[in-house]
Amino acid sequence: MDLKEKLVSSFLAFENNVDVEHSVHDIRTEAIKKFEEKGFPSRKEEEWKYTSLNTLQKVDFSIFPKTESDLDYKDVKRYFMHEIDTYKIVFIDGIYSSYLSETTHDGVDVCLMSSALTKPMYKAVIDVYFNKIASKDDSLTNLNTAFSKEGAYIYIPKNKTPKKPIEILHFTTGTEAALMSQPRNLIIAEENTELQIIERHQSLTSNDVFTNAVTEIFAGKNAIIDYYKVQNDALTASLVDNTYIDQKDGSTVDVHTFSFGGKLTRNNLNYYQNGERVNSTLRGVTIIEGKQHVDHHTLVHHIKPNNESYQDYKGIYDENATAVFNGKIIVDQIAQKTNAFQQNNNILLSDKATINTKPQLEIFADDVKCSHGCTIGQLDEEALFYLQSRGIPKKEAKALLMYAFANNVLSTVRIPELKTRINKIIAKKLGVNIGFDL
Amino acid sequence: MAYTEEELKKELETKEYEYGFYTDIESDTFPAGLNEEIVIAISKRKEEPEWMTLWRLESFKIWKEMVEPEWPNVKYEKPDFQAISYYSAPNSKPKYDSLDEVDPELLDTFNRLGISLDEQKKLAGVAVDIVMDSVSVATTFKKTLAEKGIIFCSISEAIREHPELVKKYIGSVVPQKDNFYAALNSAVFSDGSFCYIPKGVRCPMELSTYFRINQAGTGQFERTLVIADEDSYVSYLEGCTAPSRDENQLHAAVVELIALDGAEIKYSTVQNWFPGNKEGKGGVYNFVTKRGICEKNAKISWTQVETGSAVTWKYPSCILKGDNSIGEFYSVAVTNNHQQADTGTKMIHLGKNTKSTIISKGISAGKSQNSYRGLVQVSSRAENARNFSQCDSLLMGNDCGAHAFPYIEVKNKSAMIEHEATTSKIGEDQIFYCNQRGIDTEKAIALIVNGFSKEVLNKLPMEFAVEAQKLLEISLEGSVG
Repeated sequence: MDLKEKLVSSFLAFENNVDVEHSVHDIRTEAIKKFEEKGFPSRKEEEWKYTSLNTLQKVDFSIFPKTESDLDYKDVKRYFMHEIDTYKIVFIDGIYSSYLSETTHDGVDVCLMSSALTKPMYKAVIDVYFNKIASKDDSLTNLNTAFSKEGAYIYIPKNKTPKKPIEILHFTTGTEAALMSQPRNLIIAEENTELQIIERHQSLTSNDVFTNAVTEIFAGKNAIIDYYKVQNDALTASLVDNTYIDQKDGSTVDVHTFSFGGKLTRNNLNYYQNGERVNSTLRGVTIIEGKQHVDHHTLVHHIKPNNESYQDYKGIYDENATAVFNGKIIVDQIAQKTNAFQQNNNILLSDKATINTKPQLEIFADDVKCSHGCTIGQLDEEALFYLQSRGIPKKEAKALLMYAFANNVLSTVRIPELKTRINKIIAKKLGVNIGFDL
Repeated sequence: MAYTEEELKKELETKEYEYGFYTDIESDTFPAGLNEEIVIAISKRKEEPEWMTLWRLESFKIWKEMVEPEWPNVKYEKPDFQAISYYSAPNSKPKYDSLDEVDPELLDTFNRLGISLDEQKKLAGVAVDIVMDSVSVATTFKKTLAEKGIIFCSISEAIREHPELVKKYIGSVVPQKDNFYAALNSAVFSDGSFCYIPKGVRCPMELSTYFRINQAGTGQFERTLVIADEDSYVSYLEGCTAPSRDENQLHAAVVELIALDGAEIKYSTVQNWFPGNKEGKGGVYNFVTKRGICEKNAKISWTQVETGSAVTWKYPSCILKGDNSIGEFYSVAVTNNHQQADTGTKMIHLGKNTKSTIISKGISAGKSQNSYRGLVQVSSRAENARNFSQCDSLLMGNDCGAHAFPYIEVKNKSAMIEHEATTSKIGEDQIFYCNQRGIDTEKAIALIVNGFSKEVLNKLPMEFAVEAQKLLEISLEGSVG
């Protein structure tokens, strides 16, 4: 039985476990129908031209974890931002771990999707926001919608700001042979709010893991959201991360994606500018080697006038790594005075590494400033020689140059502790012992 | 500037497509429809050898299996391939020795098109192989070329007289099964140009061909084959105009360029097929496959000015097979009213130290859609490949669209690839500056558009550059709100 059949047939069992009376039931049923029609995307589809999910579909994934696992905090401490105080929403094998988490209802809601979907007090919010911005056509998003049950639920009411950053962590343990999980997150920041989120998926096993995540983010008037995605996972872990962002007047949403590891990582980051004077920023650093594959698909849809978007993605690829960058900017006819910028720089360190990049502009308004730039190259031999002539060993010199290459993105991380952490990950990846606090 | 402001003003006053006239010459036309008999009949009519007939039939078989592509960013009514007549030849005498023998009506048409044979003979030093509805009717300067060993003739003549060259190279760059329209063309191509430059010869003049679609309801399926032997050089010009028609006409041409070791081919196109009227009715469908292959140290340079056609679908490409080969693509695509263009290039880097440059300028006005679609591919063995791409779009008015689909696929670490694209409108400050210097808005826009496209227009041979500038003005007339 292939994965698609397995998923479709387990849908009924899944539905029986959750509340069938709830309004979300119809949404789920509709979504599984659509998934059944289209199935997993194939490479024949333009959006999946360079990324194949075939090998994943051959793995016999367990869809519901049979056993609950517990983790000791000291074993997983290094994956937390333990240097600072944060709210934590932690899942182990897709199941909420109250022991490792720290949630709150003090003015703001930082809690669970499962309670939001079942408790009547959240119904009004769920009716307004759930599955409203997520794609109804994307097959994997539909699949997630069909099985949406657990994930992070964050609701920040008007003029409130949570006291500390929020961490969302997904751990996978080795108790199941191969596990598929589908977290569903809903983040709502109402008018005049500010919010910082760090998200991480971590596999603790050498078994296959497939995560198909969907996150819906609603940024109200003048809301400021700062979102960090840290992807430094085991070589058996695959991740498809779908993020949908709706922005109202004057809001700013800034997403950083750090892709340092994983077997297959696909990021679908979609912005819909449903307001004016909106600012959308997308930044990413990708450093991969071995046989890893990272695919960044970004979409910024400028729907209203007077908006800005800024994209900056850097990538360094070694050995047999393959990478994709597909950045799409759509400017609607009424979205005049749009200012859209997109940049994608890549370094190939090996002849076996591949980069496929496709910066795409679709513009229907005339009074706009849109530009994109894309480069592929290698480290500057002269710069390398200069550093070596100053007594810096080749390895360190290379690392320094690569760090400098990515620094445009790294320097915009607003949580200093997180920045240090990422610097350490990079140093480790590049096999050097430098503190990069230049 | 080569033309005066008065001339421009006059051009702007003629609002309708000025080349939209129809020459009444009795034509020998096949019944509409496509089947094996028609393919065989075309081949027979052209007095082709058997291998060619078989080649056509094979193509037809391939074509029948294929489906029309859906991926281009254009919307149009699919042509009914059974409603088209696949062969039409002017029913005058088959061959002319001198211009005097040519049907005066035909000559008149050419004069109205601005192709004065005599003038071109004298002034431009251009040998013209005029193709009107598929049959080559006049060839000039053949003697001068023959002295150098250059073969420049219609493809049907080449099939008859130089079968070894045609057999070796036809379909070698654009195989029959390359795409839907290439397969169709391979099956039914009616005529086209053939050019062979021998080893070490520098072609002394610009070779040029003018294509026209004349007969109502006939598709034009041109086949062009240019072979530049080792260390030779040729500059080839191609220009198109077509009469006004209400039903859509199909143009599916195939152009193959072969640049052997050290050779250089410069291929320039000014395309001005009938774009349809203001409401988007009529106009030519231009689905063209153009591709060149570069051997060692060879160079192919494509320059195109695209102003016509209702729907354009065209990607002049270079396969940089040999080491140190160079590919270039310079393009200006202008769309107005309801025109749609999906054009760009492919640069396939296979050899070492290969270089490519892409400069694409898109100008959209009215309700038109203009897309750039390009591919830069560097294979894992293509050491030190270098590419620079620049795609700029200019939008005039807010009913039009500009799109870019650049694909970059790199598998070699020593590759240096740069790509940049911008989209903007004509700045109000630029217009204001011109106004303040006494240049009215319409002229100011013409000036700015010319400046915007200059990098490409500069690459055109002189005679074409003048024509191209005029075309830009005509294409954009009345688009200023």
